[in-house]
Amino acid sequence: MTSSGAVAATKPSRSRPSPARFFWWVVFILGVLYFFLPLLATLLFALRSQPFLSAFTDTLTASDFWSALGYSFVIGIITIIISVVLILPTAFWVRLRVPRARPFVEFITLLPFVIPPVVIVFGLLQMYANKPLSLTTAPYGSDLLLIGAYVVLSLPYMYRSIDAGLRTLDILTLTEAAQSMGAGWGRILVQIILPNLRVSLLSGAFLTLAIVVGEYTIASFLARPAFGPFIALIGRNEAYRPAAVAIISFGLTWLAMGVIAVIGRGSRTRIRVVGAH
Amino acid sequence: MTAPAQTLVQGAPEARPGRRRNLNFLGLAPFFIFAALFLLIPVVFLVVGSLQDAQGNPTLANYGDLSQNFIIDAYVTSIRVSLLTAIAGGLFGFLLAYAVILGGLPSFLRPALMTFSGVASNFAGVPLALAFIFTLGHVGLVTKFLLDSFGIDIYGGGFNLYSEVGLDVVYMYFQFPLMVLIMAPAIDGLRQDWREASANLGATPAEYWRHIALPILTPTLLGTMILLFGNSFGAQATAYVLTAGQVNLVTLVISAQMSGDVLHNVGLGYSLAVGMIAIMAVAIFFYTLLQRRSERWLR
Repeated sequence: MTSSGAVAATKPSRSRPSPARFFWWVVFILGVLYFFLPLLATLLFALRSQPFLSAFTDTLTASDFWSALGYSFVIGIITIIISVVLILPTAFWVRLRVPRARPFVEFITLLPFVIPPVVIVFGLLQMYANKPLSLTTAPYGSDLLLIGAYVVLSLPYMYRSIDAGLRTLDILTLTEAAQSMGAGWGRILVQIILPNLRVSLLSGAFLTLAIVVGEYTIASFLARPAFGPFIALIGRNEAYRPAAVAIISFGLTWLAMGVIAVIGRGSRTRIRVVGAH
Repeated sequence: MTAPAQTLVQGAPEARPGRRRNLNFLGLAPFFIFAALFLLIPVVFLVVGSLQDAQGNPTLANYGDLSQNFIIDAYVTSIRVSLLTAIAGGLFGFLLAYAVILGGLPSFLRPALMTFSGVASNFAGVPLALAFIFTLGHVGLVTKFLLDSFGIDIYGGGFNLYSEVGLDVVYMYFQFPLMVLIMAPAIDGLRQDWREASANLGATPAEYWRHIALPILTPTLLGTMILLFGNSFGAQATAYVLTAGQVNLVTLVISAQMSGDVLHNVGLGYSLAVGMIAIMAVAIFFYTLLQRRSERWLR
């Protein structure tokens, strides 16, 4: 693979053009083309709408767009709050008091990788939508199932992110110091641990948001008016607006990843940005 | 989890440590209750359901139903798409990560590529399917460009975006960036001393790669390919929107059983779901094995 660089040279030469370097440029340009061509095509298609930019202005002035995006955003925020409230004390407690439970907790947080979303929603529907529970006919019942499923999807990212953050803290000393000054568990978690985990929590939160806003499978089977099913619907029925919405959706993903990159800068916690499909 | 002796003397002052330990486990109760309600019990429900007929009697008939041709075909297609995009996406992602780290390209390209990869690996589902329709659909940008500029008619040549090949092309979009994200730290983990030591002992760069670098990277490479496999094996939205059910994937067959438009048979849906979990479980088992190996050298 590395035909360049003599045996004696320890680093690949940076100045001299070589066939190997040409090959790596070709690989890189292919990657860039793969990445940008679909975006360019979508953007150009959206720009073909008449009058100019109407695909974007129509989208941004339409109430269906905002209500779908708003719904997904609210669900995403609730998901993040529940996920943090559930996982932060759990990861903290596992590290502090019950390290023996770690394999069990880790196993559960890895399960969403093993069980595809379509299977999760199938199980939830079979269990909760049928008699005797009939949860989907109750008010907010489907929303509850949707949030539950999204919290499940967030488990791997949130747990890994928070656990990696806790690893960089001396939580035993912090806890004992706080306790000796009379702090209770709630106060320790909220005022001592939480502020120290800002980077982990925010990156976990934005990753969850990127996954949840635009999720299609679970939302569509629960018949929720979310952003993913909305894009699919207009994708079937309209010409230019889907292109504009796809670009906006891409921009939102970019925004979430950008925020993660900025808050993670200079942090010792390695942030994992790997989503679910 | 506590020894029986400790629970027997509950109430006695000496028993306090034992009771503490019980209470410690109680601290994890909310997490386990949530996992049970929204993950474990629904999955157990599917497994139990797969072993029952419509009247609730025990049966293996649902698994027998899996031997129908179109279901075997669905599993084979799902596995073929996942394997192909995992291997091709894995190799390309590896080359790309190598190119920006050790390939002698300007160093500012690396953070740019990592950011792009973070975005692309999370850009999936409906918008991704739409983006490719605008690119390689019948009147897509690239389709028309090739036809108008070079006279190449890719659809005439047998390409079809709304088919299995199209799915391969689209899935690659989130597969290779994931490989880049995971491989980059692994390539960084190759220590300069190893290369120097092998050079001092007279190894050529090719020998260094064959005997040192590749054996060290192989567990990470294979492990990540397994992740990529799972990534596309469980994907539903992209395929559903792109092919409208034209391509026979397991996730789409389960979807059809759920929405009940085609041959509604809940028992079959259960066994299909359990089959998917079984395949994913085997994949993740090998993944953890490989990861344990790769952690020996790279951290």
